[in-house]
Amino acid sequence: MSKLSGKAWVFSDDISTDHIAPGRYFHLRSNLPELAKHVLEDAREDFAKNVQPGDFIVAGENFGLGSSREHAPTIIKLAGVSAVLAKSFARIFFRNAVNIGLPVIMLDTSGINEGHQLELDMRSGVLKNRSSGKEISFQPLSNEMMKILGDGGLVEHIKKHKEIKL
Amino acid sequence: MSVRPQTLAEKILSAKCGHPARAGETVVADVDLAFAQDGTGPLAIRQIEALGLQGVARPEATIFFFDHASPSPRRELSDDHRFMRAFCMKTGADFSEVGRGICHQLVAERYARPGMLIVGGDSHTCTAGALGAFATGVGSTDVAVAMALGRTWFRVPESFKVELTGRFEKGVCAKDLILHLIGDIGAAGATYKALEFSGDLKNLDMESRLTISNMAVEAGAKAGLFPADEITLTYLKDRGGKKLSPDPGADYEKILKYDLKKIQPMVSKPHTVDNTALARDLSGIKIDQVFIGTCTNGRIGDLQIAADILAGKKAAAGVRLLVGPASRETLLEADRRGLLKIFVEAGGIILPPGCGPCVGVHQGVLGSGEVVLATQNRNFKGRMGNPEGFIYLASPATAAASALAGKITDPREVL
Repeated sequence: MSKLSGKAWVFSDDISTDHIAPGRYFHLRSNLPELAKHVLEDAREDFAKNVQPGDFIVAGENFGLGSSREHAPTIIKLAGVSAVLAKSFARIFFRNAVNIGLPVIMLDTSGINEGHQLELDMRSGVLKNRSSGKEISFQPLSNEMMKILGDGGLVEHIKKHKEIKL
Repeated sequence: MSVRPQTLAEKILSAKCGHPARAGETVVADVDLAFAQDGTGPLAIRQIEALGLQGVARPEATIFFFDHASPSPRRELSDDHRFMRAFCMKTGADFSEVGRGICHQLVAERYARPGMLIVGGDSHTCTAGALGAFATGVGSTDVAVAMALGRTWFRVPESFKVELTGRFEKGVCAKDLILHLIGDIGAAGATYKALEFSGDLKNLDMESRLTISNMAVEAGAKAGLFPADEITLTYLKDRGGKKLSPDPGADYEKILKYDLKKIQPMVSKPHTVDNTALARDLSGIKIDQVFIGTCTNGRIGDLQIAADILAGKKAAAGVRLLVGPASRETLLEADRRGLLKIFVEAGGIILPPGCGPCVGVHQGVLGSGEVVLATQNRNFKGRMGNPEGFIYLASPATAAASALAGKITDPREVL
């Protein structure tokens, strides 16, 4: 998990959980592969059809604002996205993503363009942009978050340690 | 031993983790109540099962609410309900049937007490902060862990103090204040923080506080806390509970001050809650639907405010008026007060207690290009079931006045 590579899909500020997992597909929440076919549909219609395993979501401020629906990060992960990079995240989305094992990284995404080839090193806290040749360093996740992510999510963490051990 | 003065957030989380905890610290704390609703509950149950655990730590403190699809409009959701009922039967966890109302209203009416630590699989769990409980919204996995173990981990948040003085002018209410505040600090203005309201709170009744706490998350906050005072204890009646307030001298990251007298009717424009404007500056925007209800403004006081404006009058031609009481108790009280008759005679439709059209599942999905003025807490693109719809947010007074005019209207024009 520590090194990930893929191409960038660029999104705006304020991508809400309604953009990611629209309420009109509420009835698909117990059918996640089907729900994943609509991931981010209200932000970019072309995304769900064309996203490739390993690709990155690159966004602006406050990604994932809105509801507590964990289905949002879950279908992003199911779509094969390796990590979400954003200038900032909404709190519940951020925690949900870590809990289900989807890497979420806060960094300055302003120089990343659509289709840029990216390589992310989670542990050292460096994003290499192979298309622009630039490197962006970022604050690695907190120790608690890295432990949960390292174990593959909160459920796996608890199965492994038999308790919350942060 | 002298203890450093604590914010309300620090105080409650300290009591629940067993040592004096400071903002920024990570703690594992005992949870007094863990709940989910029908949109987050099925996944929470599957996560409990994935943990390899069959039951829940404290069935009496574990609740599943059926409110988002209430009653179910589709077989898939009916099956989700069956799945949740079966889990509750098996484990002894409590469940709140279709028709009883919205989770946050029922938590306020029946379960929350000052000092409690509450996690809910719904972002508006922060509503119970109005009662002096540290209540926060989490995802299905977090709530599953809290249900299964009876505890979970928290990062103790820094707090912003929001000092309130004065009282609202006629036609202005709690919704206008919280929209004004969110417009000021932005939808991410309090991300990861607790908002702690203080000052001269005697003019804010419990329902007003619930409206304010409910929308704390729309500024990104983890909790929206009020101290527990006489008003709280009166609301709690025989449920019991003690007064609770932050320590004098507690450390606040930021202090915001509002004079309620200066607040005016506010509206959030599409498609973000912090996109606010004065109602009077939007007058003339034509609307197709008005929705009065939800966990934000579906309580009896809200319905009373709307009914007082609508009494003896009719919604404008071409405007659909939907009214959704937040709970069965609210519906019964609205009936006792004669409010239902007023709404129906005004051309309104009474919806069953529940979330109604706010989540885009059913009961009032917008047509493409249509405009709704709603008393709910969110106006994101697609929120009410159609990404081609336009959602404006406002108070029950503004909603009722706008229903009469068929366009956005400052309620002071009709009072």
